[in-house]
Amino acid sequence: MTGPPLRVQVGRLARRSIARTLRQPVLIVPNLVFPLFMLLVLSANGDQVTKVKGFPTHSYITFLLAATLVQGAASATTLAGNLLGSDIESGFLSRIGLTPVRGSALVAAQLAGVAVLGIGQSVLYLLVGLAAGVTVKAGIGGALVLIAVSLLFILAFGSIGLFAALRTGSAQQVQSLFAVALGLLFMSSMVMPRNLIQVDWFQTIATYNPMSYLIEAPRSLLVSGWDGEALALGCGIAAATLIVMMTVATTSLRSRMLGT
Amino acid sequence: MTAARSLSVTRGVALQCTRKLLKNPLKALPPVILPLFVFAAFSGALSAVGDTPGFGYYDFTAFLFVFILYMAAMFVGVFTAFDIAIDYASGLGARFMIAAPQRMAIVTGYVIVALGRGVVGIAVVWAIALATGMPVRGDAPEIAGIVVLALLLNVAATLYGAGIALRFQSTASSVLILIPVFMALFLTPAIVPRDRLGSWLGTLAGINPLTPPLEAGRGFLAGDPVSVVLAFALAIGLVIVFWIWAMRGMRRAEQGPGATRRRGPGRRRRPGGRRRERGGRRRRPGRRRQPGASPSPLP
Repeated sequence: MTGPPLRVQVGRLARRSIARTLRQPVLIVPNLVFPLFMLLVLSANGDQVTKVKGFPTHSYITFLLAATLVQGAASATTLAGNLLGSDIESGFLSRIGLTPVRGSALVAAQLAGVAVLGIGQSVLYLLVGLAAGVTVKAGIGGALVLIAVSLLFILAFGSIGLFAALRTGSAQQVQSLFAVALGLLFMSSMVMPRNLIQVDWFQTIATYNPMSYLIEAPRSLLVSGWDGEALALGCGIAAATLIVMMTVATTSLRSRMLGT
Repeated sequence: MTAARSLSVTRGVALQCTRKLLKNPLKALPPVILPLFVFAAFSGALSAVGDTPGFGYYDFTAFLFVFILYMAAMFVGVFTAFDIAIDYASGLGARFMIAAPQRMAIVTGYVIVALGRGVVGIAVVWAIALATGMPVRGDAPEIAGIVVLALLLNVAATLYGAGIALRFQSTASSVLILIPVFMALFLTPAIVPRDRLGSWLGTLAGINPLTPPLEAGRGFLAGDPVSVVLAFALAIGLVIVFWIWAMRGMRRAEQGPGATRRRGPGRRRRPGGRRRERGGRRRRPGRRRQPGASPSPLP
């Protein structure tokens, strides 16, 4: 059985994914508003935090904006997982298994919705930040790279959500990933640079926590300018996560289809 | 007779909730774990803030502790309200209402459960804070003051959540219960003293009714009580306001899920959005009334 070319398959499924994602205000609005709320509230506490000796900037909101971008990207985990989970629960995935659609096309297209939403979300956070006094040390080019880095993170987090949905087969169980992502975010260098954390055990956790490096990549563009090492570390972790998760998600999809 | 029956309903609701918790004790963890996570994160990452000039409190962990304690107490109330939403969504709440001559006996049952859970949650947070070496300067009556304030806020959060849960009778209402409580908590001087807050947050914290209990709690912990009367008055005021809110929610619950206010004489919207005819009778599908014909007396 031969189907339409891969490009057409991905295109159609991606269009469906985008439409479904944007039709879910109940999922979108809290994911959009919660990071912004945290940004504004934490930054209002910031005058005292920036007084810590050696703090890299006088603007705490500039420092926090990177964590907000990563927090917004992390919401792609539950969003993508939720949508795929409901596809599994409603039997859509089983029905599509009867068509000649390729597994890789199906998995890749599921990320289109969160990617479109994520770009809009990142631009909104950046604009709110700029309006509130954020400066991008790396300039306009840095701002564009910031959006591109956020998109990579969104795809990486989204792929974790897809894998979780395919493993559990339930939209509800994917929701628990939100708590894991939030926990990792809090236990990272989200509110303070790693070198200024005074509590040893927390500094150790933050150093081994990959979320710290995801935050430090966009933060370098905002606070210190172009920093190849920070960008390479953050983007490398995100790219590796994306590749590994997409591979295991495609394998999980194949075994799920065989089961069907 | 009515009082005895109400008491029996209250006890029944409380026992039913407690039994559910004992069957699945893991359900009791999230409202305490989440604040402890915030405690670990902020006390770990931001401990250097305590050494900055103008901070003015004896210890940063102790400063954060009162906020975390109140957060745990209020989250326990919020999660008990989730149980109310689940019970009403599943129809159990409707059965309670048939049994109860005074409907607020049902809410009282949930409040008792929230208080019990709150005491356990408060004890856990205290134990962890003391185990990590948090210094305490207040004496026993002052510590009791912090605990009483936390329990009052626990009851206020339960009653606020009950009002929402009874109005919507759906598990989807959990977002409307949790998010405002979370936002109200963070719109206080959570991490730094009020005089060190940014302008807009300082203004909001100044009118936030949770700020005086938080500052009084910090005063108690430091052995230097401040604005105690105002804090207790506000905490008790919140309980009274949300008791009325929950009572009105119960009245709405009696009308069924999704019931809304009357919009005008004879005009009431149904949950499906279809408008009733004058007189309250709904037009049946497939039976069209002829123009000029009188409404049928048959149902």
